[in-house]
Amino acid sequence: MSEVTLTIDDKEVKAKEGMTILEAAQEAGFDIPTLCHHDKLAPYGGCRLCTVEVNDGRRTRLVTSCVYQVKDGITVKTESEKVIKIRKLLLELLWARAPGVQALRDYGIKYGIDRTKFDIGPTCCILCGQCVRYCAEVKKKNALGFVGRGIRRQVMFFPEIAAEECPKCGECFSICPTGVLPSNYALTQLPGFTFPTRFLG
Amino acid sequence: MPKLKSAADLAKLRQEIQSQAKGKKVVSVTNGADGRARGSQEVVQALVKEIEKQGLKDKVRVKSTGCHGFCEKEPIVIIFPEEICYVEVKPADVPEIVSATLAQGKTIERLLYQDPNTGKRISKESEIPFYKAQNRVVLGNNRFIDMESIDDYIALGGYSALAKALLEMTPEDVLTQIKESNLKGRGGGGFPAGRKWETTRNAPGKIKYAIVNAHEGEPGAFMDRAILLGNPHSVLEGLIIGAYAIGASQGYIYLRHDSPQTIDVVNKALTQAEKYGLLGKNILGSGFDFNVELHRDIGIFVSGESTALMTSIEGSVPEPRPKYIHTSVSGIHQRPTNLNNVETWANVPLIIGKGVAWFTGIGTEVSKGTKIISLAGNINNTGLVEVPMGVTLRELVYDIGGGIPDKKKLKAVYVGGPLGGCLPESQLDLKVDFDELWEAGAPIGAGSMIVMDETNCMVNFARYFLNFLADESCGKCIPCREGVYQMLKIMNRICQGEGRDGDIELLEEISAVVMDASLCALGQTAPNPITGTIKHFRKEYEAHIEQKRCPTGVCQMLATVGRG
Repeated sequence: MSEVTLTIDDKEVKAKEGMTILEAAQEAGFDIPTLCHHDKLAPYGGCRLCTVEVNDGRRTRLVTSCVYQVKDGITVKTESEKVIKIRKLLLELLWARAPGVQALRDYGIKYGIDRTKFDIGPTCCILCGQCVRYCAEVKKKNALGFVGRGIRRQVMFFPEIAAEECPKCGECFSICPTGVLPSNYALTQLPGFTFPTRFLG
Repeated sequence: MPKLKSAADLAKLRQEIQSQAKGKKVVSVTNGADGRARGSQEVVQALVKEIEKQGLKDKVRVKSTGCHGFCEKEPIVIIFPEEICYVEVKPADVPEIVSATLAQGKTIERLLYQDPNTGKRISKESEIPFYKAQNRVVLGNNRFIDMESIDDYIALGGYSALAKALLEMTPEDVLTQIKESNLKGRGGGGFPAGRKWETTRNAPGKIKYAIVNAHEGEPGAFMDRAILLGNPHSVLEGLIIGAYAIGASQGYIYLRHDSPQTIDVVNKALTQAEKYGLLGKNILGSGFDFNVELHRDIGIFVSGESTALMTSIEGSVPEPRPKYIHTSVSGIHQRPTNLNNVETWANVPLIIGKGVAWFTGIGTEVSKGTKIISLAGNINNTGLVEVPMGVTLRELVYDIGGGIPDKKKLKAVYVGGPLGGCLPESQLDLKVDFDELWEAGAPIGAGSMIVMDETNCMVNFARYFLNFLADESCGKCIPCREGVYQMLKIMNRICQGEGRDGDIELLEEISAVVMDASLCALGQTAPNPITGTIKHFRKEYEAHIEQKRCPTGVCQMLATVGRG
């Protein structure tokens, strides 16, 4: 694999070909916010929080750094005015959906968001899909998945598979950035099913 | 029928079909989905029965054709060779048509099209004003072709372009011709098809795919259905030629699951083409192998987006994926995949058959050929019109469309469906052209055109489209899922008389972020209905928000009571 050189926020960074901007930036010590990214999972490009500005010599455009692969000679701006504007609004939009989520509050402090101008319709899930993808990609079980589309999208355990697989595993519970996945799971239990206490502890 | 093994076989077959048809009268009935909704199937059945009863079975052939374009007047019956055209035919009219027109050659005055302006009856289809200003190179053959007959297509010269491409040209030649013709994608993007083909051809990999995107989801667009239903083999021929140029071995036709008639017709077309050896191994003895499979969607709007469509063909939920590496390089199963719209494919055999010079002779400097526009809304002649690029919107609305009903004033034309944009009356002199409309903020999209008269509320109209988009968003990325939803909530409250100060600015703020940050084209263009209507009809928004009043009276402001 050959090496490429790119510039991230005025700093020259070397990276391997095939890496994403996010990986290169993290290696070089830059902190790009993400909500749907997980090292063990394939790039998803869902939360759009990692959006950065890239100039490839021809034009400047906004790209999601978790998906966009590094190229030789590109210039990346991780905190440009446009990028900050996008992140702030995305945080506010998510805040209206799931106001209590710690990950949002943490990023909120960084970007100066402590409330939202939108009507709050609280749920506990930010739909990052890490649990769904972890189960599908790493465990290859598909015990949970997305149901519905658009604003009606939600994460659901499929009882037939979940009853069989989840008591043995439960690895997605610790991945969930909101921490509410175990209760989501508990709600899907059939009556009479004893829930393994180690997951609730 | 044995398989065709050479161009000579094809020519021989064509001669046989033509000599069999000689001396016979033909009755074409529009029997597509739109015709059927108006009882065309009963007309066809009555015709077949009546012709048999009156002993004309050997002299007359009834053809069940796709839409000819003039949906407003269907079912339409055309009698060839005289080209007598009857509109809005009912089963009760059939005995008279058979006994008077077919048996004795008399024209039935009351069934002819009546020009609403002059009151004159017009007997020939080509003389109807709606058709006169058109140039129907793609749609024109629909009236001669029975939906389920490959022979009708071959009789008209069908598959000769394929024979020419496969037997006389190299794949590079075909590619060069398509590139020279500057054929642009008709599905919405307007990207040059030749360049896309070239990328796929040059991409590494042994297995390549070619796809017909027949997932026509845009509300108000129905041209792809008319082509695929009325002339399925023209699309198939284009696909095979394209696959030859690209080097693809497998093709897909991606169709909506909720159009059973089209699925049926396409399936039959594929079987017939296979039977004649136009699909499968060693097509026409050229050594080129190609198979086509039909694939049905699961019924959501976004599965027409190229990456979502390919995910769907792979067998997963149709959610778009990032496109930083083009699908022409990494598409289905990460293999090079070329996707074009139905109308684009249907143009390919015409370019190869009639030549590049013929094609580039039609249209404007940058946009060549014709475009099929579906006219809908407050307009006299609803239907499909095929016009050369460069026709002005005013000509479309007034000359071809016959103007606005009830002598009302035109307010705006909405081009390109929910992801398109609106143009006020003052911009009606813009031309149908990819670049010109794009610059005006109303990308042509797949070519739907909704005409609105003065009684329409633009705010409510934008809300309607936004509602559609919020419902059809897949929900994968935040800006589209949450942003469009919040915009819809704001629009709902504006339409209910609960708009707040600063709502317009808030809408603009969300629009900007949704456009910049969304994953796929649906999100990136979802705010178009809002930004377009704010740009041209800001006063209407202000009336809704500040005075709690809908200027056209469309929005019911009942919610204002007691809430101030």
